[in-house]
Amino acid sequence: MERLTNRAKAVERKPMTFLESLYLWNIAKGMGITLKHFFKKKATISYPEQKREFSPVFRGLHVLNRDEEGRENCTACGLCAVACPAEAITMEAAERLPGEENLYREEKYAAKYEINMLRCIFCGLCEEACPKDAIYLSETFAPANYQRQTFIYGKPDLLIPHPKEEPELYAKAAGGRVVVKTGN
Amino acid sequence: MSELIHQNIKLPEGSIEKQTTTLNLGPTHPATHGVFQNILELDGERIVSADQTVGYIHRAFEKLAERRPLYQITPITDRLNYCSSPINNMGWHITCEKLLGVQTPKRVDYMRVIIMELARVADHLICNSIVGVDTGAYTGFLYVMQYRELIYEIYEEICGSRLTTNIGRIGGFERNFNGVVYEKLERFLKEYPKVLKEFENLFQRNRIFMERTQGTGAISAERALSYGFTGPNLRATGVDYDVRVHNPYSSYEDFDFEIPVGSTGDNYDRFLVRNQEMWQSLSIIQQAYQKVQAFKGADAEVYHADVPEYYLPAKKDVYTKMEALIWHFKIIMGEIEMPKGEVYQSVEGANGELGYYFISDGGRTPYRLHFRRPCFIYYQAYSELTQGAMLSDAVITMSSLNLIAGELDA
Ligand code: SF4
Ligand code: SF4
Repeated sequence: MERLTNRAKAVERKPMTFLESLYLWNIAKGMGITLKHFFKKKATISYPEQKREFSPVFRGLHVLNRDEEGRENCTACGLCAVACPAEAITMEAAERLPGEENLYREEKYAAKYEINMLRCIFCGLCEEACPKDAIYLSETFAPANYQRQTFIYGKPDLLIPHPKEEPELYAKAAGGRVVVKTGN
Repeated sequence: MSELIHQNIKLPEGSIEKQTTTLNLGPTHPATHGVFQNILELDGERIVSADQTVGYIHRAFEKLAERRPLYQITPITDRLNYCSSPINNMGWHITCEKLLGVQTPKRVDYMRVIIMELARVADHLICNSIVGVDTGAYTGFLYVMQYRELIYEIYEEICGSRLTTNIGRIGGFERNFNGVVYEKLERFLKEYPKVLKEFENLFQRNRIFMERTQGTGAISAERALSYGFTGPNLRATGVDYDVRVHNPYSSYEDFDFEIPVGSTGDNYDRFLVRNQEMWQSLSIIQQAYQKVQAFKGADAEVYHADVPEYYLPAKKDVYTKMEALIWHFKIIMGEIEMPKGEVYQSVEGANGELGYYFISDGGRTPYRLHFRRPCFIYYQAYSELTQGAMLSDAVITMSSLNLIAGELDA
């Protein structure tokens, strides 16, 4: 075959030598390599007792965020649902009533917010779409379960614990992620 | 070839019994590494004919893409060849940039090259070690997995995911490489050559491996070309065709590398070509890493092109500035009209030329998008490659062609 470029380099393909065709020699050579590995440091970890560290931007289960005072950030703008390529997010908006200012940061909030984890492909586009820092993907996976219904996560499953009422749980859920403070 | 062993067994006249055995290899079979169905006619252990079925995991990607804005198509491309998703993602971004006329900065190109070559190494690593597994050598596979893991950790640090990466954006990357990425990359560049050498020691001159792979699943250059083979499978037949050289994208013209070619196009040649390509990829990563490091000061902060119509504004601007918020809404809602046009862009995917044919009618979503998937083409040749072979060789041939079900049935 004529060469198309001057960069081609033929791979080395020699016929088998006598030494290489010897069964015992091959066994010894292979065993040598495996034995070397026998004394090396173990590459695996014993999950679930031990866990590896995830990158802070890991895309795991979703968390609905609250601000420092524990008010829900989400304003039910629906951008996350529009951005979702798997059409996994549904929500219902409601208007904040007088006296609920300590619950919701904006005048409009999501009364219902569901993510179908069986549809979700963990692409992270919802996090990217949110203009209110209200949703992000955390470092946990979806736990296994027996019923399909249980994979439709509602607000109680998704909301981050209250930072004032349950600070430890909040810190745990927030993980290593720096929660960006918003201007308004 | 099809002279039957059992010719001397005479079946009674008019009998409906056959002299051959029909075997369904797949759709789910432990030996096929994916959803492939082959209906084999076997005479003893010899394959008389093979009949392929496609479509078991067809997910209508091309149709899905017609209803989605460009940024939502990236996660779809992840699921083509999922062993090297970043190449698919980058190919898609480059296609969009070609249509939209976006010029990417050099630093972005080099960063892309690093990621794409890492993906190629990860893909070849899987393919070659699986060939090993199919010949009965499981250990090599386990040893190299640690380094695929390291590559996945590098992806994870950049995009947050390991397998289905959705990495990069139109115009660049979602975030700059951080210290951990460089640290892991350096570790990879330092340790990987030793591991690859050891991997070669285990297989390349091993008698069993050589005897199992040499001369099986061979295809001539002419036949390969007429099927439309590309990538390592074509190069193993001796044709030095490589999209990175013949049609450079993402500044591949700035890099110095060779194209390993084989001579006979059999399983052994494919293995050797992939191994050599990993060495070449390593050298490309090294060069690209140096080039990225050479950017200093403000230039080192460039990780995307300045295209406000397609690249999302920074989150802190979205929270505080009106204009950024408007762009943010416009982009996410997919309310940006694309220019009219028709483009074809291909990249050297890990297992061949991965092409995107994109027609835009000036709307907000593609009018038509076609993926040129190399696996689909290789699979057509599978019956020719396996005819007359032993059943166990057919399994090796399948893994050495690097058939990936996700790419076969877009
Ligand atoms: S989570 Fe964010 S994007 Fe989704 S509705 Fe709430 S504020 Fe809007
Ligand atoms: S991660 Fe992706 S698929 Fe899952 S809900 Fe968010 S946008 Fe949808």
